[in-house]
Order: sequence, then C-alpha cells, then structure tokens
Amino acid sequence: MSTLAASVPATRRAGVGASLRKNRRWALISSYFFLVLFAIFFLMPPYYMVVTALKGDAEMAQLSTNPWIIADGVTLDQFKILLTQTDFLIFFKNTVIVTVCVVAITMVVSILAAFSLGRMKFWGSSILATGIFLTYLVPDTLLFIPLFQIVKAIGLLNSYWGMVLIYPTLTVPFCTWIMIGYFQSIPKELDEAALIDGAGHMQMLTKIFIPVALPGIIAAMIFAFTVSWAAFVYPMAFLYSADQQVLTVGTVTSLIRGDVYKWGMLMAGALLAAAPPLVTYAFLMDYYIAGLTAGATKG
Amino acid sequence: MADTVQTWGSRVPYASRPAAKPNGLQLFMRRRSTIAFLMCLPLILIIGCLVIYPAFYSIYLSMLNKAQTRFIGLSNFEFLISRDTFWMVVQQSAIFALSAVFFKALIGLITAHLVNNLPAKGQRKWRGMLLVPWVIPLALSTLGWWWLFDPTNSAFNYTLQSFGFDRIAWLGNPYWARFSVILVNVWFGAPFFLIMYLAALKSVPEQLYEAASIDGASAWQKFVHITLPMMRNIISITVLFSLIVTFANFDIVQIMTAGGPRNMTHVFATYSFLLGIRSGDLPLGAATSLFMFPILAVAAVLILRGVRKRGREIG
Amino acid sequence: MAEVQLRNVGKRYDDVVAVSDVNLDIPNHEFVVLVGPSGCGKSTTLRMIAGLEEISDGEISIGGEVVNDLPPKDRDIAMVFQNYALYPHMTVAENMSFGLKLRKFPKEEIKARVDNAARILDITELLARRPKQLSGGQRQRVAMGRAIVRNPKVFLFDEPLSNLDAKLRVQMRTEIKRVHQKVKTTTVYVTHDQVEAMTLADRVVVMNGGRIEQIGTPNDLYHHPKTRFVAGFIGSPAMNFVPGKLETNGSGLKIRLSDKLAFTVPESRTSRYQGHVGKEVLFGLRPEHITETRGSENGVGQEFPVLLDVVEPMGMETMVFFKVDGTEICGRVEPTAAKASGETMQLRANLDQMHLIDPATNVVL
Repeated sequence: MSTLAASVPATRRAGVGASLRKNRRWALISSYFFLVLFAIFFLMPPYYMVVTALKGDAEMAQLSTNPWIIADGVTLDQFKILLTQTDFLIFFKNTVIVTVCVVAITMVVSILAAFSLGRMKFWGSSILATGIFLTYLVPDTLLFIPLFQIVKAIGLLNSYWGMVLIYPTLTVPFCTWIMIGYFQSIPKELDEAALIDGAGHMQMLTKIFIPVALPGIIAAMIFAFTVSWAAFVYPMAFLYSADQQVLTVGTVTSLIRGDVYKWGMLMAGALLAAAPPLVTYAFLMDYYIAGLTAGATKG
Repeated sequence: MADTVQTWGSRVPYASRPAAKPNGLQLFMRRRSTIAFLMCLPLILIIGCLVIYPAFYSIYLSMLNKAQTRFIGLSNFEFLISRDTFWMVVQQSAIFALSAVFFKALIGLITAHLVNNLPAKGQRKWRGMLLVPWVIPLALSTLGWWWLFDPTNSAFNYTLQSFGFDRIAWLGNPYWARFSVILVNVWFGAPFFLIMYLAALKSVPEQLYEAASIDGASAWQKFVHITLPMMRNIISITVLFSLIVTFANFDIVQIMTAGGPRNMTHVFATYSFLLGIRSGDLPLGAATSLFMFPILAVAAVLILRGVRKRGREIG
Repeated sequence: MAEVQLRNVGKRYDDVVAVSDVNLDIPNHEFVVLVGPSGCGKSTTLRMIAGLEEISDGEISIGGEVVNDLPPKDRDIAMVFQNYALYPHMTVAENMSFGLKLRKFPKEEIKARVDNAARILDITELLARRPKQLSGGQRQRVAMGRAIVRNPKVFLFDEPLSNLDAKLRVQMRTEIKRVHQKVKTTTVYVTHDQVEAMTLADRVVVMNGGRIEQIGTPNDLYHHPKTRFVAGFIGSPAMNFVPGKLETNGSGLKIRLSDKLAFTVPESRTSRYQGHVGKEVLFGLRPEHITETRGSENGVGQEFPVLLDVVEPMGMETMVFFKVDGTEICGRVEPTAAKASGETMQLRANLDQMHLIDPATNVVL
C-alpha cells in the first residue's frame, strides 16, 4: 500500500482507467472478429445460392471461373425458365393453399385448446397439457409409415388435401404450448372484470384474450406457417404427381429434367421457394424469435 | 296478438313468459368444465387420430408380412436385427445425433456469448443475420449444400484447389459424406441454440456478475460458477430436444446422399423410408422406425423432468 | 480498514453528465451516507468507488492507493446490493465463502470467517439453506455476511433496505448500525431515504443533480443547511417554504409573508440579513418549530392565529395544515391542544430556527 495519497501528481491522466478500457476494447474487437467468421459460415450457403441463381448456364459450365462471384453478368434467365418451363408455379400454388389452410386450422384448434387449458382448470387439464408437449416430441419420421396406410385408406394419398389433414400434427402441439404460456400470463382480474361485465366464455376469448395475447398469436402463426411451408417428409412420402406436389419436394426432386441437373434453375427455385419464410422473418423477426423462446423458456 | 302464448288459460306476452327451467342437458352444456373440455376437443381429436392411433397402429403394422395379409409376430424385428446394414444405421444415427448436437450446442453457446458482448443496438442485427440458416426451409438449404458439394462443380473444391489442396469427394467418399451430413445439420441447427442461449444469458441478473466481480472472479470463473449453473436447465432441455429432432432427421440425408454411398449415411428415418415406401414393405418400414421409440421416450422423459425442475429450482 | 478519497470525480455517459466535481474525504472507520433523490448520482458515485463503472474524471483512492485502473476484485472492497445479488444455486455458506475460495484462502480460515460472520448477523441456522428459502431480511443479512467475511478495506451499500417493508427496514437499520459498531470498517452507504441517512451516518453527503450539495454531520445538516435543496430534503415532514419580503421594523427586521402575517427577525440575525432588506426572500421553518402556544419560553418565538385547513392526528402528535397567502404550511401540535378543521387556532413559530433563502441563488443566508 503506497503512501502517495496526498502527493499523487496531477500529471496522472484524469480518470482514463486506461487498462480497464483497453481490455474491454480488445474483448469487443475479438468478439466482432469471431462473429464475422461465424456469420460467413452461416451466410455462405444462401449467398452462394443467390449467386448461382443469377448466373447463366454457360458460366457455370466453365469450371475454371470462380464460382463464388458472378463473372459474366447477372442474368434472370434461370428464373424465367423456372417460372415458364417447369411446374414450379403449380408447386407454389399448392403450397400456398396447404399452408393457408393449415395455419387457419392450427390457429383455431390451438387457441381454443390453449384458452381452455391455460385458464379454465378442469379435471385432467394438466395431464392433457403435458400430453400435448409429449406429442410434439413424436417425430414425423416415426409416424409417416402408419399414416401412409391411414391416408391411403381415406383416399387422400397423392392429394395435397391429405397434407392439409396431416400437417396440423406438426403445428398444433407447439402452437398450443406457446399460446398456453401467453394466455396464462394474462392476469386473472381480467377474467373477473369481464364476468362482472356479463361476458360469456366465447366473448371473453374473442373480445379480450385474443387482442391481449396478440403477440403470442402472431408468433404461433408464424411458427405454423414456417413449419407447413418447410414440411418435407410427409409430401415426400405421400405425394407423387406433379400437380399435387408442394414446393419443398418439388424443387428438390421434380425439377431435374432428364438426367441433367440444371443447377442455376434449381437454385433459382430454391430461392423463390425460400422467399416467403425469409421475407416473413425479415419483417417479423421479433415474433419469430418470441415463438421459439416462448416454448422453451416458459417451460 | 300473434306473439302471446297461451299459458294457463291467460294471455301473457311472450317476452315476459318466465324462463323455462333448463333441463339436464343444457345445464351440462353450460358447465364450465364441459365448455373447457369441448374447446379442447379438436386438439384431442387431431392428436388422438393422427398421432396416438398411428403410433399404436404402427406397432400392429410392424408385425404383419409385406403383403399385409398375415400376422408374423416379431419376424420383421428379427430380420432387421440380423442385418449388418441395420446395425450400421443404428450406429450412424447415434453418431450423427450425438456429434451434431454437441457441436450445435457448443457453437450456440459461443455465439450467444459473443453476441451478448456487443452493445445492445448491434445485438439485434447480428442475431438477425445469424438466425438465417434456421429460417430457410431445410430441404431447400440442403439443396444448396448439395450444390456446394457437387462432384464436378463444388465451390469448396474450387477454393481448395486454388490453395493447392486436393479436391474432396464430399458426398462420394463415405467418411466425407458422413462429415458433410453432420456439417449441414450443425449449420442448420446452431442458430436455434444461439437464440435459446442468448435468451438464457440475458435472464441471468447483471448484479450477480457484479457481485462476482467484487468477490474476485475472473471472466472464466464467472462463466463456470454463475453462467453455467444458471443455464444448466435450459442447456439440458435444448440438448435433449435437439437430440430427438436430430436423431429423427430425414431431409438432409435423403436429399444429399439418399443413405449412400453404400448405405453408410443412412439414418432411421431414411432407412425406414427406403424399406417402407420405396420398396413397398410398409410393415418392415414400421418396424425400423419403431426402433427409434425407446430412445426418444427416454429423452422425452428427461426433458419433462428438466422442464419441471426449472420452474421449481431457481424460481 | 482504510480511508477513501474522491478528488474531482466525475462520470459522463456520452453527452449526459451523471456526476461532476465530487470531492470527498472519508477517514478510516467512518460511516458515510450518500443521500439524494433518484438520479442524483449517488449510486453512480458508489459504483465508481466499487469499480463497476469507469471513472470519467478525477481519481479515487482507497487506503492511499489510487484505484482508477484497478478492477473491482483488486480494490479490496465488498458490496451489498439492493437486490442482494445472492447466487441462487449456492447455499448461504457457499455464497459467503465464494469470494474467499476464489482468493484461495485455506479451508479452515474460510470456515472460521463464515462462522464468525454468521454469528455476528445471527444467521448460523441458515448456513445450509438456499436463498430461495429465505425471507427478505434474512437474504439481506446473508448479503452483509458475504461482505463481512472478506474483511475488506471498505464496505459499500447500494440502497440495501429499499426492497424491505417499512417495519423490517427499521429493524435492519439498527442491525447495520450494530454491525458497524462491532466491525468498524469504513462504510459508504447510498440511500434515497433521508431518515436512514440521518440515523446511520457519521457524516451525510447530500447530492443533487450529480453534484454534492453539502457534507456534514446529521446535526449540521438539520440545523445549518447551506442550500434550499438540503433544507427541504433533510427532515420529515419537509421544511415549510413561504415566499416573503424582508422589511425594516424600527431598528430590527421583519419578514412579511402576507398582508396579515409578518415575523420579527430575532436580533441575533439582523446583521446577517441586513444586505437583503427590501428584497424577495424565501422563508423556511420546519413543522416541528410551528407548535401550539406553550407556557414557558422556548427560544425566540412569535404567536400568530391561523385558520386550520386539514388536521391529521398521528397519535403522538397532530399535524395541522393551514394556508398563508396560498402557500400550504404544516405545523406540529400536541394532540390535546389541536383544534378541528375550519377552526381558528393560535400557533407559535420558533423563530430561532428559521432560515432565509435567497431565491435567486437558492443559498441559505
């Protein structure tokens, strides 16, 4: 312990805390450095997909040019061919129909169930809630074999309406789980005030809870949308003809003409197919993430 | 007047007729627990018919012969156990799941810390960028990776060769193929872990770290003694959850390798697809996918316990 | 134990100046309280002493050593947080020994210190419990225990009692004072509650808007506030302020508060106020110095009639509120002497305790 107290010279730089701040700077710089490396890792494939989609076939055939950049000029030919000479638009239409229907069904079923499980205690409600969570853990790759049989028996094999029937198994459990969390976080006093005001249960649901839980509803809708749009196992197993096929399977398997993989067109297709979720994400990122974290952290 | 009702011989306007006492059915319908149950009914129906029933049905299915005309007991299972390919599938599924989840969790934890170190404004931007792999439908981004691994045109090989290295048969060589599948899985799944861990990191009160600073903890000690214990539950929940999902993954292997070369990248999902749907032997396919069940059940129970504990322990 | 010195300490966040020009000398063993309203910079100053905030200007020394560049763990300080900041996954004993373990103290020493601190704070039965199982007051004591075992040069308290209910707060206040008498470590304590400040401190530092308004013993601050802010901040209920005008009154001075009410300035003060005759001033007098008329003399006083507005019986005393020219004034009277609302009552102002403030500079004359 030095006794320099009273005689500490004024030459000391006023409160710079030099070494502390320098440490912090170093930590920040190295954080950015590694983050850039990770960002490159994560964003490199989409980047490459974009680059490929904008290239002409000729350039791709030339193995000597750097594939990471567009050397011979940007071209939209791949997109043109994709949209005019393949079944891509049919796939797109089918996917849209399926997704819209599935999201609607999911939201109705989930909101009803979540409201009941989250706020109206009845015998077996907690068992049911746990059961729903467990159902979410049953993977589609375990169920698709028996479902094949069942869907065939109903006559919906090779029809996208079969997808509309089955997809909710992928979306409803988790969406219900998210919604339960949101509904539970609404204070009880709101129920009671509404009851005094004379509302019935349905009215409470539509006029009070849904507006108040809107962020959760949006998050659940985005989740349902994303899962439906990206579903691959079921359409792969149950859909055969091009006119019934959806985007994920269609782009990957049906765009191959003859034995030739037209990669430029394939990448264009992949990009367009990935566009709706990406655009949704860009605009509604917070809801997207809220949906994810709500499930796990709300336990 | 047309809207009066003859009641007990006197004319009483309809509107003021005393309300009829509700009969038993109406009371039942109005009871709270009944309404609550009815609201759950669509959910119960969906899950019951399309998840639970098929799950049990698959057990029955797995015990039929290929043409589904006779009951053959456990023959399908015996058949599978006797085949080398099947054991390869078991081994591969396990290795993929364990190594992919390990790296996903590790990368998720590291990136979560890195992002958390940034000033608040930048965090959102970086988080947005790093989540992109998870947003693109897996099938489509796998297609992109497939193109990156293409034997003739692989952009990776181009880069390797320009640095003087040899080209790699990313999907042609069995061991590289396994690596590629795991790589794509990690690429796709790490952002999920990033988001989860970032949220968990933020839920640790800043004052705990300050108290630890004063107690004399270095950055590493703070991580070990505060961050990890506080995050223990969320780490185990996400890891178990991801184990289930990764174990049952279909898209990546199916699109990039279809199980090859020489069945050395097959996982349960793709193998049962091959046997059940491609080859038309549904019962055998069912038997294959049923092998997944015990492992998934154990993981699920552990998750549930973890989720329950989380609420109670730290509060 | 060590002394703490702050020289020209300041803190800036981008453009916002949170703390400026703080000069403070805290001798060894002293219990100093930084008090002031929210946002006055007291917590920031404390955190700069702790090393949790970087110092923008000036320097801080602990035990004669300048600590600007030292991280918290090297400053040999201990801190008690408002939210206790106990490690939730560790037992009480582990919480208390964490700092010592990190510093590689031998096991027996750690145990001895933990047991000793637990005894001082009366938490020996709680050593095996987790924070979640403890009440607010118990958690607070564990937080203090964590600080005591370190045997640091300085204790820092950051509004430790704010999260407790009123009754518990009074109890814990006494605890803290008792511990300080036993352990005698130099203490810097931050609070927004001036009652806490007055009861705990050897010296009080009143802060406002990032600056120090006044430093002094509780008595000093109560009887001799230097600024309007300190006068109004210290004392509960707060001092009454009435705008008035200083007039001459023969050979003496008078302070006119309204057409009907003027107080004669005590002789001892006339010379001090001479320079402000004819000017607008702010008259300050604490409620406890406006009382019912008393038989015996009690300092220089003046009686005056008031029309009672609101009467609040408090049990031990009754607060009476009345208006002078629109300004509401509070006085404290014996419950038996108090009249009812709407009635006229004769009160006595103890003018020995009055203060005059220059409204332009807010300085007490």
